[in-house]
Amino acid sequence: MAVEIPVDKWAGKVMEVTLGAASDDGGTRTCPLTLGGETTLPFLHFEGQIPNPPRLAVEIADRRPGDWSPLLLEAWGDAVNDPATWARAAEEAGAEAVLLQLSLTKDGDTPTTAADAQAATRAALDATGLPLLVFGPGQVDADNELLVAVAEEAAGERIVLGVCEEKNYRTIVAAALAHGHLVNARTAMDVNLAKQLNILISDMGLSLDRVLMDPTTAGLGYGIEYGYSVMERLRIAALQGDKMTQLPMLVTPGYEAWRQKESKVGEGVPGAWGDWRERAVLWETLTATTLIGSGADVVVLRHPDTVKRVRAFIDRLMVE
Amino acid sequence: MALTGLQIYKLLPQTNCKECGFPTCLAFAMKLAAKQAELAACPYVSDEAKAQLAAAAAPPIRLVAVEGPGHKVEVGNETVLFRHEKTFYHPPGLFVRVKDTSPVEEIKATAGAAMGYAVDYVGMELFLDGVAVEAASGSDDTFAAAVKAAQEASDRALILVATDPALLKAGLAAVEGARPLLHAATPDNWEEVAALGAESGAAVVVQADSLDGLTDLAEKVKAAGVEDIVLDPAVRDPAGTLVTLTQLRRLALKKDFRPLGYPIITFPGEGAADPAEEATLAAQHIAKYGGFIVLDHFTPASAYALLALRTNIFTNPQEPIKVQPGIYEINDPKTDSAVMITTNFSITYFSVANEVDGSGLPGWLLVADAEGMSVLTAWAAGKFDAERIAKTVKGTGIEGKIAHQKLIIPGHVAVLLGELEEELPGWEIQVGPREAVDLPGYLKLWSAS
Repeated sequence: MAVEIPVDKWAGKVMEVTLGAASDDGGTRTCPLTLGGETTLPFLHFEGQIPNPPRLAVEIADRRPGDWSPLLLEAWGDAVNDPATWARAAEEAGAEAVLLQLSLTKDGDTPTTAADAQAATRAALDATGLPLLVFGPGQVDADNELLVAVAEEAAGERIVLGVCEEKNYRTIVAAALAHGHLVNARTAMDVNLAKQLNILISDMGLSLDRVLMDPTTAGLGYGIEYGYSVMERLRIAALQGDKMTQLPMLVTPGYEAWRQKESKVGEGVPGAWGDWRERAVLWETLTATTLIGSGADVVVLRHPDTVKRVRAFIDRLMVE
Repeated sequence: MALTGLQIYKLLPQTNCKECGFPTCLAFAMKLAAKQAELAACPYVSDEAKAQLAAAAAPPIRLVAVEGPGHKVEVGNETVLFRHEKTFYHPPGLFVRVKDTSPVEEIKATAGAAMGYAVDYVGMELFLDGVAVEAASGSDDTFAAAVKAAQEASDRALILVATDPALLKAGLAAVEGARPLLHAATPDNWEEVAALGAESGAAVVVQADSLDGLTDLAEKVKAAGVEDIVLDPAVRDPAGTLVTLTQLRRLALKKDFRPLGYPIITFPGEGAADPAEEATLAAQHIAKYGGFIVLDHFTPASAYALLALRTNIFTNPQEPIKVQPGIYEINDPKTDSAVMITTNFSITYFSVANEVDGSGLPGWLLVADAEGMSVLTAWAAGKFDAERIAKTVKGTGIEGKIAHQKLIIPGHVAVLLGELEEELPGWEIQVGPREAVDLPGYLKLWSAS
């Protein structure tokens, strides 16, 4: 008996978004990165196009992070003390883009200034030709002040400014519009909130091919299924033709995995959790690959070994 | 595929005798279609109609059970492609493979370690489901000895792996008090393997390298008297398994294609370059349509990660896992112990409770009814605002148990500080750490005075 294989033909397509501008496009990036463009669900090559594989960004910080796991600090060594060195190390580790996370303060007390943020951004831009994403500390006032300055410093480079949320999108989108950048639109694990923010951003005149959608996620064991299903719903809506969901999705499995005890610490945990190093990297890897399986177009990672493993797994999934 | 009311009506006597309790056969048919009535209520329905209705009512993916003396794994009966459409019902069985070319003592040690493994995850004890024993030696006696060794080490479910029917028969003879899964019937050996399955009642894997071949084989094995069939499409690599398992799930659910309406077995170790990639591929099979997943490597770290993922993916999206709101006493708290508040999402609760418990320091943990959401999600949704926190503090009667008025709130909701001071006059609101993992350090420095 010949089995007729069910093929889903979708009407919609994920928008292609390019991170980073090369010299012919007004920037200095040597390898701009295009995301999205899918016409089917992840890796179902038999029924649609997947022109761009999921991409890997590596998170670095403007200064030595105070709350990172010792395993991460050990893996990056002295590079964590200097954003330029760290950016180069990230590129060597296989990053296709670098995400610079700005700190709220310098050494605990003094707030990070606009000039500090600009200096770190410049250092990262000069150190590598990879596309750059810059995320603020996560407090609205600080984000607004720092990201506007960063946008100006990186004018024309098509960097991604984050995090752009409902409460601060006006400032961040205006900065992106003024200096030729993109925004990372983050909402709290909800299809309608994601659509609504994309509409607000689009209404300000930022073309949707300059927007990444960040539906937020959670780590393995800490609610990953919520993010997983929201992403599947968003991607299915996109393929069904809903314009406001047709943006590539960015998620941060590195942050989500490494803030959990399973990755973060090696002592005072149950023996059944097994070897710390093995568990820590596996936790980040499975968080990342599971979310890639539900539609992530770019994942932000922290450990160099995770980058290698996720890269290898994506390569195997891209085989048609 | 379920029949419509009209399709069912055509199979009924159409006499409107009312003995079923409904005024007409059509009304009864409508109730049957809505699964609000049982066909047995009609005394006059023909056997032929009964058979047709029963076939139509069978699940599109058969529920297949494999069991050992102490543990039963049931997989199948899934109804959706995506968990958000309803839920996934039966988590895949996770097995660890041993080969009979290993010494018996090593088989016992490996199976014993893997099956003795248990990990606590949000108050649930998670463990692996069984052992797959492979006849790699080619010897009946060696295989039988290996099967015995696996059973001595564990009372969980068993999978016997061999293509030579004589070996499978020898292994099966060594099985006691269990209903194993036989792997595999192939286009070359299916008659003998199907006979073994039909005779012993064991479930049988059919293995073929194309969907056409698989269909053909599944039908033959079924016709030979085996009801419980499992599919092995003989693809092993990440891209191939994703595509094939997706196609099989779609065929069963969207096309109601009965010949392939069975659970699927996978061997991620055979498609992976190393143990880490094996775990990654196993994770893919958990999310996308594996029924029995046979691992070649067991470590506590990988088992924990895969068991946690399996629990997450198979959580019903319509029912967040919650704990009861109220006061939780940790490490025998006294009147001068710290009071903390969090939400009733069970993952959140257990993260916080485990940290406080592990710190060895006493504490009162208040759990607010935030409709099963985590702190940040609940806050964003207005389910963990100043009003709800104040209501929890007042409603639990914590004031009567302590000699201070200090409340520690999660760092993620620091913005509620001002409002809370208004809602809870007399209380000092303290902003705790954002993450549970930092609570022990925070509590060490905390004091009531």
